Amino acid sequence: MTLPLFSTSDDPGPSFTGLLSRLELDPSYAVERALEESLRAGARSSEVEISHGTTVVASRYDGGVIIAGDRRATSGNLISHRTMQKVFPADRWSGVAIAGAAGPAIEMVKLFQLQLEHYEKVEGHTLSLEGKANQLSMMVRNHLPAAMQGMAVVPLFAGFDRRRDRGRLFAYDVTGGRYEEEDYIASGSGSLHARTVIKLGKAGDLDRDATVNLLIRSLFVAADDDSATGGPDSMRGIYPIVATIDADGYQHVEESEIADRFAAIVAEYVDNDGTNPEITTGGGSV
Amino acid sequence: MSMPYYVAPEQMMKDRADYAQKGIARGRSLVAVEYAEGILLVAENPSRNLRKISEIYDRIAFAGVGRYNEYDQLRIAGIRHADTKGYTYSRDDVDSQALANQYAQMLGQIFTNEMKPLEVEILVASVGWEPEGDRLFHIRYDGSVTDEDGFAAVGGDAEAIRTRLAEANLDGLDVGGALAAAEAALSGPERSLSAEELEVAVLERPGSGRRFRRLENDEISGLLS
Repeated sequence: MTLPLFSTSDDPGPSFTGLLSRLELDPSYAVERALEESLRAGARSSEVEISHGTTVVASRYDGGVIIAGDRRATSGNLISHRTMQKVFPADRWSGVAIAGAAGPAIEMVKLFQLQLEHYEKVEGHTLSLEGKANQLSMMVRNHLPAAMQGMAVVPLFAGFDRRRDRGRLFAYDVTGGRYEEEDYIASGSGSLHARTVIKLGKAGDLDRDATVNLLIRSLFVAADDDSATGGPDSMRGIYPIVATIDADGYQHVEESEIADRFAAIVAEYVDNDGTNPEITTGGGSV
Repeated sequence: MSMPYYVAPEQMMKDRADYAQKGIARGRSLVAVEYAEGILLVAENPSRNLRKISEIYDRIAFAGVGRYNEYDQLRIAGIRHADTKGYTYSRDDVDSQALANQYAQMLGQIFTNEMKPLEVEILVASVGWEPEGDRLFHIRYDGSVTDEDGFAAVGGDAEAIRTRLAEANLDGLDVGGALAAAEAALSGPERSLSAEELEVAVLERPGSGRRFRRLENDEISGLLS
């Protein structure tokens, strides 16, 4: 690989995606080309089974934001991956969670992380949280042609705004629309169920422990009613990924802590004789 | 028809080298010192905005002296090279040797083919997982590369600073010791440099991910006192 040099008028500045497109390494070109060709050949995107990721949630708490996601990816009616990661650090003070077509989503996260890191290194300081949210918005918008073919990617973005000293949440739609929310956001097939749980359980500014509990409970309920969302899997030791982002930065919550909290939730459901009449009759309350 | 003056190639190269050296000698110098837990980079630089030392990749740092706009262009080209390479292959595949070679090619090309050589000297430092893996590449305006061992000095006074560092005992230093040695070498016996006049960064060996860190003024003065 040679040193990339540009004339002043063609310089991509601090943009990594701009750099990639000038070097003709931009992944969206390849996707668009492939799509155009397959459409010309008369193919429909539903003929190809691709992996989809599912429920992700995020909520503010008194120290910042917490972001969580289940681990299941599905291809049609099959479970294609049980340990998929859907919650990623974007940089030290922000995180991104993905729902939608798994392949393009992971690629988008990778590019987004690099975009932020590249900017920071070239410019000598980090982008503002607002700037990061807008960058992600542009990436989602650029992905729209693929989204129209059934490969939608709908991320959540959460971070700690160090200039305003508070956590902030951003939800997106497939067109790149960016919506800042005050309390909580959710995305993916199980998001309807998850959102209801958070809405009912959120009373004012909760602390960290209460918010982690609320988010994993929302994922638990989403998994209960949505087949594409994975619940806690104590048999294999697979639990949702939860991360907190506060003034000290992004940090994953230990898996053992998540396991303990799930055990407590499950214990609420199970009677002493090991059955739960409410769940088995389908009228379970949470 | 008038004939262009004949200039012997030796003379042409010498003129260019003199020109570049003069430009470099005007600026202040910088040093890199390996210590037990990483590599320390120290530049004499009163400005907090026009930086001489910066991050290239997870375990690679860049330092330059001479004309600011020229070494800053090299710095950005290096970041672009490293980030695209890491994106195309993997983060583990980005290494300082390839980067140093690219810089050397570019500086050599410009020195022989362009009207004006770049008035810069740069240092590419990378910290290994073990001390044996540490690398310091010193690249000059004409594209010549040297692989330094233990410490490196770049800039106008590099020769004197190198002598001072060679005389100092640099074995088994911690970061404070390395900083004291670097400060003493940069300032010389007649003066001393305060935290405000120094730009300091480290590449820290333990851990993974981005290992480059700048030291702020209070941390520098704490380590120097």
